[in-house]
Amino acid sequence: MRVEAIILLFLGVFFGIVGIVYWFWSYEDAGTAMLVGTSALGFLPGSYYMFWHRRMGHRVEDRTDASIAEGAGDINSFPGSSIWPFVLGMGAFLTLLSLVFGIWLILPGISLILSAAIGVTAESRRGGHV
Amino acid sequence: MTDVTDVTDVLAPPAPGTGLDELPDLHRSPDAAGHGPQDGHAGHGHDEHGPTGILKWLTSTDHKVIGMSYMITSIVMFYFAGIMALFIRLQLSSPHSSLLTFGQYNELFTMHGSLMLYLFAGPFAFGGLANYVVPLQIGAPDMAFPRLNALSYWLYLTGSITMMMGFGVAGGAASFGWVAYAPLSSATSSPGIGGDVWIMALVLTGFSAIFTGVNLVATIFYLRAPGMTMFRMPIFTWNMLVTGILILIAFPVLTSGLIMLFCDRHFGTHIFTVGGCHLVTGAVTQTCGSPLLWQNLFWFFGHPEVYILALPFFGIVTEVLPVFSRKPVFGYKGMVFATMAIAALSTGVWAHHMFTTGAVLLPFFSFLSLLIAVPTGIKFFNWIGTMWHGQLIFTTPMLFSIGFLLAFLMGGVTGIMLASPPIDFATHDTYFVVAHFHQVLVGTAVFAGFAGFYYWYPKMFGRLLNDTLGKWHFWLLFVGFWVTFMPQYVVGLKGMPRRVASYPSNLGWQSYNVVSTIGAFIIAFSFGIMLWNLWAAWRKPVPAGDNPWDAHTLEWFTTSPPPHHNYTHLPPIRSERPTWDYNHPDSVAVPHGLAAEAAHRARQKEPVA
Amino acid sequence: MVGTALLLAGCKVPNFGEYPGATTQGKTENHLWQLFFIAGLVVGGFVLLLILWAVFRYRRKSEEMPKQTQYHTLMEITYTVVPILIVVGLFVFTVLAENNVDATPPDPGATITVHAFQWGWEFEYPGGPGSGCANPGSPTANQNDCVKVIGQTTQNPTMVIPTGTEVQINLNSLDVLHGFYVPQFNFSRYASPGYTTSFDFNALHTGDFRGQCTQLCGLYHSLMFFNVKAVTQSKFATWLHAQQALVKSHPSSVPKLPSGVSTGSSTNSSSNNQGGDLYGD
Ligand code: HEM
Ligand SMILES: [Cu+2]
Ligand SMILES: [Cu+2]
Repeated sequence: MRVEAIILLFLGVFFGIVGIVYWFWSYEDAGTAMLVGTSALGFLPGSYYMFWHRRMGHRVEDRTDASIAEGAGDINSFPGSSIWPFVLGMGAFLTLLSLVFGIWLILPGISLILSAAIGVTAESRRGGHV
Repeated sequence: MTDVTDVTDVLAPPAPGTGLDELPDLHRSPDAAGHGPQDGHAGHGHDEHGPTGILKWLTSTDHKVIGMSYMITSIVMFYFAGIMALFIRLQLSSPHSSLLTFGQYNELFTMHGSLMLYLFAGPFAFGGLANYVVPLQIGAPDMAFPRLNALSYWLYLTGSITMMMGFGVAGGAASFGWVAYAPLSSATSSPGIGGDVWIMALVLTGFSAIFTGVNLVATIFYLRAPGMTMFRMPIFTWNMLVTGILILIAFPVLTSGLIMLFCDRHFGTHIFTVGGCHLVTGAVTQTCGSPLLWQNLFWFFGHPEVYILALPFFGIVTEVLPVFSRKPVFGYKGMVFATMAIAALSTGVWAHHMFTTGAVLLPFFSFLSLLIAVPTGIKFFNWIGTMWHGQLIFTTPMLFSIGFLLAFLMGGVTGIMLASPPIDFATHDTYFVVAHFHQVLVGTAVFAGFAGFYYWYPKMFGRLLNDTLGKWHFWLLFVGFWVTFMPQYVVGLKGMPRRVASYPSNLGWQSYNVVSTIGAFIIAFSFGIMLWNLWAAWRKPVPAGDNPWDAHTLEWFTTSPPPHHNYTHLPPIRSERPTWDYNHPDSVAVPHGLAAEAAHRARQKEPVA
Repeated sequence: MVGTALLLAGCKVPNFGEYPGATTQGKTENHLWQLFFIAGLVVGGFVLLLILWAVFRYRRKSEEMPKQTQYHTLMEITYTVVPILIVVGLFVFTVLAENNVDATPPDPGATITVHAFQWGWEFEYPGGPGSGCANPGSPTANQNDCVKVIGQTTQNPTMVIPTGTEVQINLNSLDVLHGFYVPQFNFSRYASPGYTTSFDFNALHTGDFRGQCTQLCGLYHSLMFFNVKAVTQSKFATWLHAQQALVKSHPSSVPKLPSGVSTGSSTNSSSNNQGGDLYGD
């Protein structure tokens, strides 16, 4: 996690500096706001990862000498297939189109989104297939 | 090529760099246990009880299926946009052509640009190739969030459909250019739902990109195989990590900008249009709303976007050149730091697209823009260093990569010119800029993009593409490319503005435009040959084998195409070239430093065939 | 100033396709262009040669395994440091040229206010002594007393400017973004609603120069032409006096903006005629 954290923290520092220079040189608010936001985008996850690195040390994927066998075991459960992303996608599609073609489209749109939300939760409880 | 059926660590070659970069055996805390995709999945790696047919495609969460869907959709978009480009070029081949009306012309270049940038180049790279290749390259069984990954694809597909719907709605498609500058994109200046459809298309694909960005970063951070440290990741994966981070920086800004634009168009706000509230200060009535704000937001997205479209393709080239030079990538660490430097700088240069507004801080943006040339130069020299003293094999992907080097060199040099505000004043919004960004974008998305396509096609389909047809494709594209875009520099310097449907006939511009149009048709022809090649490969499959190129990285270790969860076995990972190390135990990379080199030479006493 | 001297040494250098620049500002830009072009030629040519050398020299000749070199620290430092130096050099010249091109000294020889609109241009000059328009574009100017030139699409308006003196242009737009571009001056600037931007021309010689809108502004963007006519200062004064007299004697002769274009820059409005090709051929 260490390299990962450092990359993000570096982002935070870099955009912090650029943001400060930019503000005092131009007094332009939109750009400064975005630079500061970007800086935060580096600091927040960066310090989170640094925290975890401190707690758990080097993982097998961080160690240059780790053997493949050391990583044995389940990493995660990966769903083999699921219909819900498709349903959710269609729901988002109809919902956004309702803003253009007529608000009635929001009904099927929202219902698809809701059923996808319920479906995917149930699926995760069951553990999905594979 | 060694055909590996069963690999254990016992068979493993002596670890390269032993004693050099080995860390002391740190104790592994229990939290870290259970990471590692391998044996845990060997038993139930096949999704035999899953659905089949169309339902399989609709429900698949396999990164390979999703990656392939992305790739096919984006290449279809590329062909659509290419056909639009041909119409645009035909219109311009005579000064007052009546092929298209002015309105149709504006729709076509807007859609051409939008399709190429939002629906082809980006999704092809980070949705298609990266989705397919990154988990394989780091030895992961899938992306970190497979369902989110599937959702990304559906949002991308529906976004693409929404974009194309523009041509069918009353008033026609959006016609305010791919940058949708306010206030031209306002409801008064661009009424009609073409603009709204365009906005919604980009909201959908914007979320799709953000989800893909999250997925890429999480996958690379959490799902690497044991021993695959950050500094052993292939450069393509590195570049996709940085691209993922850039997506997370840039796309939220675009999406929020689009939502504000939609509010301006429909809910009476005046965020980007002058008007609405009137502040009365003394005798002067000031108005709220700022067209400049849109430009700031848009380019804060737009310039990083340019690198979101470039870094993945740099990554592809950095995979292809070493493999066909039979050497490791030269200056691996320099390459990684250059990528990060480019990404960081690219977020601080947005207003170089706004030099001619007369309202931005010129020296700040011009200095940072010029500075990007440095890491880009480092990359160039590293690519050349990779080829230096190599044994170059000119397969189709290699030719495309060299085409990229030449195209991007030209586009890069003119880019440095444009980073200088006075020169930008003279050339902004002329065909000089059109030529510049096409040389950059065709260099990356087309030359490097199709280098990747030809390179990984055997892995994806287990079949070889015909190399002769591939070379025809390359050479025609290469010739067509220069014929199309070089005259545009000249006519741009003579003062021909971009986005014009007609031009005065007495200025001598026509001949340049005719040449450019001929070039465009040569490019189109070359892509006809690619279709033929695909068709031929489909009709008469030539099996590819697992590792047809004698390549370096992990994805070439598994079968072509890979099984459901990618790997049943993995070689030990001791450098950024695990497959190569396995196949060529005596040709490990010469590591850093002179002492190390002497040690290496001693080991090399017995040359291998 | 060292920079300018160095740039001037480039006088005999070809223009590499660009206009030599008909204003002092355009000329400065042209010198910068020459510098960048030559630098690009040298650096780009060098890299090109390296690529071609690698491609032709190292094509595969045998099955022998090439040496697996991965790093060469000294080389890598060199090609990091040298580009930085080049870039800093280019930046210095950029800033020097930029300060010249962007300067708007006080007391210009003429001031012209330019309003861009869909799809044409309005050029405003001050009215004569005693008229209510000494400073066109200012909120207190009586628009009916100003000297105006207006033209759209097929009738191109002509902006008359004096040579050999600074001409200040105050530019904005009455509707969407436009781009004020005179190719032979090597200069363009956005015309934006909401704010006014100023820049100077100092024409080196008399002549007619074509100008055109460069920023996409809707349907007839391709037809937004104008002309710039640079005349001697005495001719300019004669012309302006004649115009001012005309405004005074025939106020109705002051051209009007086409209906549908608002006169203030406070709101966006536009006529959205969805016509086809104006040429009709
Ligand atoms: C392969 C052959 C291509 C040809 C012949 C071509 C041709 C053109 C033409 C004629 C224009 C219109 C110029 C104008 O009217 O101002 C244009 C605009 C544009 N093209 Fe391409 N193009 C090609 C590939 C690409 C690619 C690969 C990309 C990006 C990945 C791309 C991105 C754009 C963009 C962003 C615009 C500007 C659209 C706008 O002004 O809003 N083009 N292209
Ligand atoms: Cu940019
Ligand atoms: Cu225009």
